[in-house]
Amino acid sequence: MDILQLLISGLANGCVYGLIALGFVLIYKATEAVNFAQGDFMMFGAFITIWLTNADYMGINFYLAVPLAILIMGILGYLLDMLVIRRMFGQPQIAVVILTIAIGFILRFIAGVIWGHEPHLLETPFAGKELKIGSLVLGFEEIAIIIVTLLLTLFLFLFFRKAKLGQAMQAASQNQLAAYYVGIPVKKVQSLIWALAGVVAAVAGALFASKGAIDPSTGLLGIKAFAAAVIGGFGSLPGALIGGLIIGVVEPFAAYYLPAGYSQVAPYAIMLLVLILRPAGLFSQMQNKKV
Amino acid sequence: MRFVFKRSYDDDIKLFKHRQQAGYYVLLLVLMMALPWLVDDFFLGEATNVLILAIAGMGLMLLTGQTGQVSLGHAAFMALGCYLNVILMQRGVPFIISLPLAGIITGIVGAIIAMPILRLHGIYLAIGTLAISVLSEDIIVISKKWTGGVIGLVAEPINIFGLDIDRYGTPILFYFLVLFVTLFVLLIFRNILRAPLGRAFAAIRDSEVSAQALGVNVTKTKITAFALSCGIVGLAGGLLGHFAGAFNHETFNLVLSIQLLLMIVIGGLGSIHGAFFGAVIVGFLPQLIAISRDGISSIFNLGSLPLPGIETASFAFILVIFIMFEPRGIYGVWIKIRTYFELFPFYRKNMFKRQKSYLKTERMK
Amino acid sequence: MSFITLENVTLRFGGLVAVNDVSFHVGEGEVFALVGPNGAGKSTIFNLISRIYNPASGDIRFKDKSILNLRPDQVPFLGIARTFQNIELFEQSTVLQNLLVGRHRHRKSNLLTEMFFAPNVRDEERRHRQVVEEVIDFLELQAYRDKYIAGLPYGVRKVVELARALATEPKVLLLDEPASGLSLEETNDMIFWIEDIKKQMGITVLMVEHDMNLVSSVSDRVLALADGKELAIGTPSQVQSHPAVIEAYLGTGQRISS
Repeated sequence: MDILQLLISGLANGCVYGLIALGFVLIYKATEAVNFAQGDFMMFGAFITIWLTNADYMGINFYLAVPLAILIMGILGYLLDMLVIRRMFGQPQIAVVILTIAIGFILRFIAGVIWGHEPHLLETPFAGKELKIGSLVLGFEEIAIIIVTLLLTLFLFLFFRKAKLGQAMQAASQNQLAAYYVGIPVKKVQSLIWALAGVVAAVAGALFASKGAIDPSTGLLGIKAFAAAVIGGFGSLPGALIGGLIIGVVEPFAAYYLPAGYSQVAPYAIMLLVLILRPAGLFSQMQNKKV
Repeated sequence: MRFVFKRSYDDDIKLFKHRQQAGYYVLLLVLMMALPWLVDDFFLGEATNVLILAIAGMGLMLLTGQTGQVSLGHAAFMALGCYLNVILMQRGVPFIISLPLAGIITGIVGAIIAMPILRLHGIYLAIGTLAISVLSEDIIVISKKWTGGVIGLVAEPINIFGLDIDRYGTPILFYFLVLFVTLFVLLIFRNILRAPLGRAFAAIRDSEVSAQALGVNVTKTKITAFALSCGIVGLAGGLLGHFAGAFNHETFNLVLSIQLLLMIVIGGLGSIHGAFFGAVIVGFLPQLIAISRDGISSIFNLGSLPLPGIETASFAFILVIFIMFEPRGIYGVWIKIRTYFELFPFYRKNMFKRQKSYLKTERMK
Repeated sequence: MSFITLENVTLRFGGLVAVNDVSFHVGEGEVFALVGPNGAGKSTIFNLISRIYNPASGDIRFKDKSILNLRPDQVPFLGIARTFQNIELFEQSTVLQNLLVGRHRHRKSNLLTEMFFAPNVRDEERRHRQVVEEVIDFLELQAYRDKYIAGLPYGVRKVVELARALATEPKVLLLDEPASGLSLEETNDMIFWIEDIKKQMGITVLMVEHDMNLVSSVSDRVLALADGKELAIGTPSQVQSHPAVIEAYLGTGQRISS
């Protein structure tokens, strides 16, 4: 049963990676920028949830605190775009990359100043509860993580497929000027996307903090989520989740079977392999420029 | 505004645009040569650090600023240069050979890594190089036999023709050594820029299709740029090893990689000045923060607040300001100030106004 | 002698047949124009000759030697230069630097000599500059010599593109819509230049152009295309009066008014 246990815990971890990767993909799909601070968004979302929920801080009821944290992160995402990112209109992709890296550093610093650098754990009502199936022991947190992630991915997937706003977002990414001409409020749409990325980050943060302790440098997890997004090929939402799950599952197995030191290498090695063999990920969107 | 009347083709080929410009740089060089006698040992150490950063900055500038390929993994190549140099020295190779050799091997390794990685574009390239940086840390830890694992290595003192050069023992000599390497790299950088290769780099940065249509082998040229860039950064790494004295995998972590990139962006992408401006900022920022913090806490009587990460954060903050308001970095500000004085009183506020543009999709490569 | 030969060339993008069994040849010293409505496959033919696309079938030859085994960056070494429909200049460089990139196919120095700017690199640079200055004089670009492309008006950019192609000292010049977006005056300049390029420099020109005034003043022969297929080939006046061409442009059953 060992293997099954590893698999479940890997899946739960993978869901968090997948959720961060979803944040990357959301923003990439809609604005063609990559938010290198998405991992730090997640960290920040987690801290806000902890700050609202934990008895040491505000001590608000968990089921009230989480939506509140999600709302706060959404507003933060919206404001960040409105005040900073939007000014980058028309500049090369890489300028936004560098900008978001810098924002990540700043978020990490702010979190450190407010909440310190000791690890924090989110106090959830289902902490410590377990579900026993035979010899298999499942933590409630793990089950919650998997269910919430699946629901969120499904919702976002349908949102981009069916909802008018989702389609407007896609259109705005492919040709901003043309999107303007057909009456899409491109700026507002872009800010909404960043808000949505903030929301996803808050969910990911709350889930992650319920399972393991977080500190300001947890945001570096974002790099693993990159691996997930790359495997999924930056444009695909389900792809990001699948990529996250692959990374999440590979990790515990590598740690179990490989000598110490080699296991950390596994996710990045997989990512590099995917990059080299399928430069645009497994679900490619690249096209050649017409001349 | 000074107008240079060109009389021969050499006017465009020469290193300096006109006599006056050459004069400025000679003056700067004299100042740099006299620096050890103008400042104390601590400041000289900081200046040495800035020069090492500037070498690394030039290395990355060649790739990112000139060729338009982003790398978030150059700390890995600094590490390679550093470890190679020290490992070679431990095996009895004199520094005068080990450092250039470390640079050359780093360049070759860079070329080999570049072959698959440079097929990537834009963000994929950024992420791929990011992975290299993360992997390099793990690889250093794993290959304990060579690198000393987490304990790291200690750089032996340098001996060139019987002259002992050590960062602490003889800081002046070490400064001159670093200054010499800086000038050497600077000259090579300038030479490449005025030669066909440098123009091919810029061509690839601006339009790959048309570079190709003019006979530039895009893949090969990109690999050359990457190799050159890695080689230069390897040299900087070798010097950094001696500057730091002892180092391990954490000396060359991901943050350094990112810092290098942020450094040249703040300095101003696409100009040699930018590499130096950026290095000055990164090199002196910690001191500046320490001083201003002491000032603030003495006014408000706060004592010493521990604020880990404040250096990176203020650095990041400066970067955000620059990217938003002056994407050409400090070099851009420098040009504006210079133009202001050259044209005084005819400078117009919107002279450097950029044209508004819209996002052009980069999904088409 | 035939400089560029296309033989039964076909190219498909998915289900779309962009170029359908096209054959033609361009003789030495000839000005050959491709005309046709948008989407007829004219630029695609250019991209086939530049080796950006691979034909599904057929052969493309330069001086009776197939070029299908070449990479795109090897094509210019044969002496084939081209311009682009949507101007592909090096924005962050000056006009002079742009033209000097055009000299790349004549580069003899290597990485090592360039790193140290050896004397032979300097000599070569001087030669490159001489050629480039001649092109600048010919196209009257002196005023823009040291200007960055990013600040230049559209008409000048078009000329710089032509200049850059000429700086390669080509045998064949592929001009993709040299007059599109130009004013009447600028178009007239272009007509003179193309004639000079043909007569004085002896360069063979293959061009895609919509402006029938320009096409009929400079071209020796014209090939009309529609939907990737050949409609007519011949002198400008022959092609213009060809019923299939009129039909392609104006549709069936319509009369030419005015």
